[in-house]
Amino acid sequence: MTGKLLLRGMIAGVAGGLLAFLFARVWGEPLVDFAIAVEERAAAAAGEAAEPELVSRATQAGLGLLTGLVVYGAALGGILALAFGIVYGRFSRLAARPLAALIGAFGFVAVIAAPALKYPANPPAVGSPETIGIRTEVYFVMMAVSVLVLIAAVALARHYWARLGAWNATIAGGVAFVVVIAAVMLLLPAINEVPEDFSAVVLWRFRIASLGIQAIIWTTQALLFGFLAERLFASATPRAARLGAA
Amino acid sequence: MSTLSPSSVVSPPAAIPLGEVLPWAIFAGLMLVLAVYFVGAEEGATSIFSGSYVHEFVHDGRHLLGFPCH
Repeated sequence: MTGKLLLRGMIAGVAGGLLAFLFARVWGEPLVDFAIAVEERAAAAAGEAAEPELVSRATQAGLGLLTGLVVYGAALGGILALAFGIVYGRFSRLAARPLAALIGAFGFVAVIAAPALKYPANPPAVGSPETIGIRTEVYFVMMAVSVLVLIAAVALARHYWARLGAWNATIAGGVAFVVVIAAVMLLLPAINEVPEDFSAVVLWRFRIASLGIQAIIWTTQALLFGFLAERLFASATPRAARLGAA
Repeated sequence: MSTLSPSSVVSPPAAIPLGEVLPWAIFAGLMLVLAVYFVGAEEGATSIFSGSYVHEFVHDGRHLLGFPCH
């Protein structure tokens, strides 16, 4: 069963990656091109030789982008399916579709939204190459902590479910998540490497486009995986049991 | 006389046994995280392969997905 779920999760993720590719081509690539032009002008002004082009821009914006988004989508869809396989029927009584949607929504908040608030996406030309080590480190630390805090917040809400009621327990879990994440953001180092003269409009649009790409991947994979999982469970129920229930 | 129709009987969904789901979660989980690593971080802060072909190939996706790129 887990293998079948995993396959469906990865298929759903690939679908999300393909849709995100269409979005990224239209709303993302013009901004990347703009930023690369800025980068090249800055390099030329500094008297640096132009970097040799290892992969052409056409490939980067075409096959490379497609590969990146589809592999990323397949991986996330698979991880979503594995999380679903652990939670379904064990920590949750929700049916397949609502549970997949809920895990997708929580995943988006913990893996994408919270880290993006602290360390938002940056186009080329933003960020100095010397700090890539620390930037990568704190980005993944932020992501890992945010996932752990979200799991703890859900556990907290479940703990108070009976005592406070579903509504208040959910609010308590949500408040706990926001407060702890705010403290974590305060503790982690701030990174602001936007060049003085970089277009604020392009930067804003790039960050929104990045969130849009992630939203498409996560929404598609969660909804499609829920649909596929529900169909899988329906077909896996022994025919005799179904006839017996009827 | 029973008046319960099948749709009114809500049985909680059956969980997948941990013994079945955990090996998948660990091994497939590791593979999938590795895939995210290649798209999101290889040949940036850390490198498994030398050179920068992987980095350059997934360059646009890495930026647009929000990973620190360079």
